[in-house]
Amino acid sequence: MTREELEQIANTERQSQASTAQKLNVCVAAGCLSCQSQTVKEVLEKGVARRGLGERCAVKGVGCMGLCSEGALVSVDQNILYKRVLPADATDMLDALEAGRPPVERLVCPTNTPFFQRQKKIVLENSGVIDPERIEEYIAACGYTALVEALTELTPAEVIEQVTRSGLRGRGGAGYPTGLKWSTVAKAVGTQKFVICNADEGDPGAFMDRSVLESDPHRVLEGMLIAAYAVGASEGYIYVRAEYPLAIKRLKIAIRQAEKLGLLGSNICGTRFNFRVDLRLGAGAFVCGEETALIASIEGKRGAPRPRPPYPAMEGLLGEPTLINNVETFANIPPILRNGGEWFAAIGTEKSKGTKVFALAGRVQNTGLVEVPMGITLREMVFQIGGGVPDGKNFKAVQTGGPSGGCLPAECLDMPVDYESLARAGSIMGSGGMIIMDETSCMVDVAKYFMDFCMTESCGKCVPCRVGTYQMHRLLETITQLQAAPKDLALLEELCDLVKHTSLCGLGQSAPNPVLSTLRYFAEEYKAHIERNQCVAGVCGQEVHV
Amino acid sequence: MPVSLSKPVAPSADKRWKIVDATMRRVGQHSRGLIETLHTVQEAFGYLDETALRYVALSLRVPLSRAYGVATFYHFFTLKPAGEHTCVICLGTACYIKGAPQLVDTVRRELGITPGETTEDGKVSVLSARCLGSCGLAPAVVYDNEVAGKVSPLQLKEQLSKWGRP
Repeated sequence: MTREELEQIANTERQSQASTAQKLNVCVAAGCLSCQSQTVKEVLEKGVARRGLGERCAVKGVGCMGLCSEGALVSVDQNILYKRVLPADATDMLDALEAGRPPVERLVCPTNTPFFQRQKKIVLENSGVIDPERIEEYIAACGYTALVEALTELTPAEVIEQVTRSGLRGRGGAGYPTGLKWSTVAKAVGTQKFVICNADEGDPGAFMDRSVLESDPHRVLEGMLIAAYAVGASEGYIYVRAEYPLAIKRLKIAIRQAEKLGLLGSNICGTRFNFRVDLRLGAGAFVCGEETALIASIEGKRGAPRPRPPYPAMEGLLGEPTLINNVETFANIPPILRNGGEWFAAIGTEKSKGTKVFALAGRVQNTGLVEVPMGITLREMVFQIGGGVPDGKNFKAVQTGGPSGGCLPAECLDMPVDYESLARAGSIMGSGGMIIMDETSCMVDVAKYFMDFCMTESCGKCVPCRVGTYQMHRLLETITQLQAAPKDLALLEELCDLVKHTSLCGLGQSAPNPVLSTLRYFAEEYKAHIERNQCVAGVCGQEVHV
Repeated sequence: MPVSLSKPVAPSADKRWKIVDATMRRVGQHSRGLIETLHTVQEAFGYLDETALRYVALSLRVPLSRAYGVATFYHFFTLKPAGEHTCVICLGTACYIKGAPQLVDTVRRELGITPGETTEDGKVSVLSARCLGSCGLAPAVVYDNEVAGKVSPLQLKEQLSKWGRP
């Protein structure tokens, strides 16, 4: 594959796209699929064929359009968005289209709202626009040009230089500078090096990675290829959750297509660069998101982490230097190389560059996927983009970072969303789940929910995490049963401190975060439970569930 | 114990073992392929029983304890056969906030089982999931591989009674 061949594929595809005047894009990502979008697509296709509109009208399946709560979503020519489309609505839509009438009013979703206008799409630029199962469409959208340029015109050091200059930080949650990680692996000595894409999106409430993989899988492959070239790796793995069958299917298709075009395999683009990618399916263990546990799992073992150092960059998979990045991190790489590191560094805040994809969920009007520049305030996220809390309820807290993060109250709403600010407030950026809670949620119950999660997911290797999470969960249970004494609270605080500072890996070290952050901001609720046997939200003390 | 270096013989003439053998060949009969192989066994047979674990362990030359350790470590693997129908209730944060605990209560009231169990007549298995990633549609339930969104206790009850009928 040379640059000219790539351009030729892109031009052919663009011409064929330009030949149809109207484009009906139906979202076929997991959210809309569970709202019958596949049937909607089939009915539209049949309707177009029956009416003989095939010449000027093309129906295609695309990735996620973001507003998952209003599925199934269908866009017409990228400027009209239909929401809550059912198969029965196809006739009306095609009638309007055929007669050149204005769009069907009852289905139109306004796109001049902050939900759409406040977003800045880099990672999601192709989501909802291209067909994720066709490599030609990705190429027509400038796909793989960054790879070809990197391979033919840049040295590995120059690639790393661009990534370092961009200021990109790991999107998996911890925010380690990507350029630094790459150069460490590049400098490491080994007989073979590996690149691993961490797609084990275990945080409950986060679905960004799944969406990227379902909507634009080639972008992740291209990012991995560029990374492999930069660090000198020849083999790669994508570790993806078995719970994401659609993402797995589309990745498999993408890998096969890239291999066929010679973008994966030996002598890529006529250079001496070889790279092969294989999928490894996770089997439902949250701890496998931790990099050393993930490596153990790829090696076919139980996902138990080991102490670091040595870091995987020096001794990773099979003892060889290994680069592990998150899906979203890899997805940022092609645009960074296309537009230059400075372009990316101009977006965001001083220390957190670029954009971040968030999954908005919980008690909020607009649930779905959004990509915003770093530094946006939580208030904008919740009330403008999210559209506020529905049913006239009051906002209580926003939870970021999943079981390793924390709950932030209304006082924190004006805080910018970046790695440092969130950490200062006692939460973390995490992989990007953002769950909004209203007055019907009891914060002690939420803390118990997360502790139950950490307790069940603890791998059992180190004592503080294995026993500590169990004890903390027991204490929280006593509190939510309204049977706790003040000394229980003191013990809970002591345990938080102990587990945080003595656990082996990130899971245990961050397991107390939900408790610590709720203790910090919602101490009143704990007090009410213990001193007055009262749960303000009315959740606790009744039937004990889960 | 004598160590046999020849390839172990499949537990039965069931054709599905050929699929399992193919996976093991693809991973080069290496212990690294243990998880991949167990995925294939579960896909083919629905669950992992002792016979399967012994066969896989012997073929990939790992101690049975390690195969059992891996099979029990990961939540995705199940050692018991599933019921005729499965119902997976998502207990991710968004679903939890939006009423998944009530769905668990409904199951307990209607079928007398908790997630992870199967009804005595083998009709329905109820499982819980950490997060299906369908947070936009919370609370989500998967009925026999079909994801349903914004599920109310009443809808769940109706589906369960539909399955309960002969």
